[in-house]
Amino acid sequence: MSDAFIHFDKVSKAFGIVTVVDNLDLSIGRGEFVSMLGPSGSGKTTLLMMLAGFENPTSGAISVGGKRVDALPPHKRNMGVVFQNYALFPHMSVADNVAFPLKMRGASRSEIVERVTKALDMVQLSAFHERKPIQLSGGQQQRVALARALVFEPEVVLMDEPLGALDKKLREQMQMDIRDIHHRLGLTIVFVTHDQTEALTMSDRIAIFNHGKIEQIGRPSEIYDRPKTQFVAEFIGETNLLGGKVASSSNGVLNVILDGGQPISVASATTQEPGKHVKVSVRPERIELDSPGDGQNELKVRVTDIVYHGDHLQVLVDSGHRSFVVKATRKAVAPQVGQEIIASFSPEQCWIVS
Amino acid sequence: MTRQPRLSKRITSFALIAPLALFLAFFFVAPLVTMMKTAVSDPVASIALPTVSAALDGWDREGAPPVEAQQALANDIRNVSNDELFGDLVRRLNSAKSGFRTLMTKTRNAVIEDANLNDLVSVDRRWSDPGFWVAVQDAAGASLTDRNLLAAVDLQRDANGDIIDAPEGTSANRTTLFRTMIMAGIVTLCCIAVGLPFAMVAASTTGWKRQLLLGAVLLPLWTSLLVRTAAWYIILQDNGLINLTLQTLGLTNGPVPLIFNRLGVVIAMTHVLLPFMVLPIFSVLIGIPKNLMPAAASLGAHPIRAFLLVLLPLSLRGVVSGALLVFMSALGYYITPALIGGAKDQMISSVIAYYATGAANWGMAGALGIVLLAATMILYVVYLRLSSEEVRT
Repeated sequence: MSDAFIHFDKVSKAFGIVTVVDNLDLSIGRGEFVSMLGPSGSGKTTLLMMLAGFENPTSGAISVGGKRVDALPPHKRNMGVVFQNYALFPHMSVADNVAFPLKMRGASRSEIVERVTKALDMVQLSAFHERKPIQLSGGQQQRVALARALVFEPEVVLMDEPLGALDKKLREQMQMDIRDIHHRLGLTIVFVTHDQTEALTMSDRIAIFNHGKIEQIGRPSEIYDRPKTQFVAEFIGETNLLGGKVASSSNGVLNVILDGGQPISVASATTQEPGKHVKVSVRPERIELDSPGDGQNELKVRVTDIVYHGDHLQVLVDSGHRSFVVKATRKAVAPQVGQEIIASFSPEQCWIVS
Repeated sequence: MTRQPRLSKRITSFALIAPLALFLAFFFVAPLVTMMKTAVSDPVASIALPTVSAALDGWDREGAPPVEAQQALANDIRNVSNDELFGDLVRRLNSAKSGFRTLMTKTRNAVIEDANLNDLVSVDRRWSDPGFWVAVQDAAGASLTDRNLLAAVDLQRDANGDIIDAPEGTSANRTTLFRTMIMAGIVTLCCIAVGLPFAMVAASTTGWKRQLLLGAVLLPLWTSLLVRTAAWYIILQDNGLINLTLQTLGLTNGPVPLIFNRLGVVIAMTHVLLPFMVLPIFSVLIGIPKNLMPAAASLGAHPIRAFLLVLLPLSLRGVVSGALLVFMSALGYYITPALIGGAKDQMISSVIAYYATGAANWGMAGALGIVLLAATMILYVVYLRLSSEEVRT
């Protein structure tokens, strides 16, 4: 990450009066896998399209490997792009599809054959090289698209929600395949998705987009365990937001009085002014029911509902002032609706969001 | 128990398609069958000469026919009381072998005069020529003929029944048929040349622009063919809009001949048939995924190469359907060549119209119709073959 391979410098994109990407800075290192995650309309796809050359930034500069690319037409950018609906050429066979970028680069016939074979081997589709795309399943088509985007050995591969049209099992398989290819070939991959699991499992870093800006960028664990803003906390995974007032702060621990009057402590690197209103985020799976420990924050709650999820129970509890969600592991004795119970979580498992 | 509702259901379905089926039967199948029958039916001689055919059974078609045959023919001729039928009979026989016109008239007068006359050779020496008897036998023996069908493609049968070319200068059906194909082909190519870029532009725009472009194609389609042709009749005149504009701009000295020649016919027919080219191509184009061209660009294809390698091949399916529609419609065009074309630009349909309404020769009209239908069907089968192959591969 020290050398910024791809660099967006104050890039903006507006369609008419609507600003889709707003004065955005982003650096991506060579060989890095960066996911752009966000709700639809947050500007992530537009940013990718600007990198690929299909959209021109309204202002700002995009450079790859130290060279400005924003004036180059897409066919000169040498980036592999995998589109959402595969974008395979329906009138060409699988092999011809994969050979297309090589033909465009004037490769010799023998070289084309060799590299197409290699690329199809990589995605385990060598047996299908004579088929037309329509004769393949969705997952196979996506693998062809992947082979086609990789066969000319681009340094950067852009993927626009490539797994969106696949079913869950296939999607998970493809996630593993893409991760594997990324590690093997050392590619720089920019991956747009709205699926948080996909982003969490595959990426080196995740950029969370909202309203044309990056809300937070960081490693998946940072994004999940330490979301900086309420938007990120709510967008990635589930969260309980508890409102309260800062009472005091000392040694990286904030004492917060929740709106219901219960005091809790929150681990925090930053100090906050006493009396300030804050929001404390705590993940449902970080809350324990009925097993108070030392130094834990404890809230007295009543179970209002239990939803069965197979591997866990989603327990809705009410502290008298607010209700929140607890993801409880399956135990021999399950909580009962109406039961009074202690909900506890450690100060390290909750944090202040802005 | 289950049979009852099933039967009533089936009756209901039949009742629902009955109007269409009846309509097709009366206004499509029946005229078609009648036309085909007219083309091959030849009942005049068998009606007028009912007994001679049986009497000629067993004759070797070479020597003099048996006496009974002469007797039967004499009787048959005597019994033709209807002058119109006799006229048709003479025309029919004369078309098979010339000389029958005088021979038949002479024979008829003789047999009516002498009710017992049975020796026809005594009436005219020609009755000893087996050729005339062969013609009589062929005409009276069969109520079906391939004469019209052969004539439609400038063929005929010689005395031995072999198929030979019709004598030079007697008929120009082949030329006309060939010209029809050429004209239809030229119009099809012109429609592709104009329609393909137009459809591409229309498919690449959105909103009101697309509506406007499509409207420009559809509006003429909703106007009567005659009105459109009449409009071209006015526009293409020597002092019509185009020539006046050309002369005002100083591009030409005198009027360019645009009407009563092939150029005018091609211009007018291209315009009239253009919607049938644009609409299939357009519908194919809007079905092509929008991301294929960006994909080609991202893979390193220059826009022109991307167009040639991706968009153009994918739009060909529409071009083929459009070309088939235009070509088949053009084959049967009548009004436009008749109004805009000169004598040398008439297509096969005007020949059909001549035989049907001018010469009252329904047999020939039907035969030419069959030839046209056969040409169209062959083309259609070829198209089906091509398109099904495309799906299979």
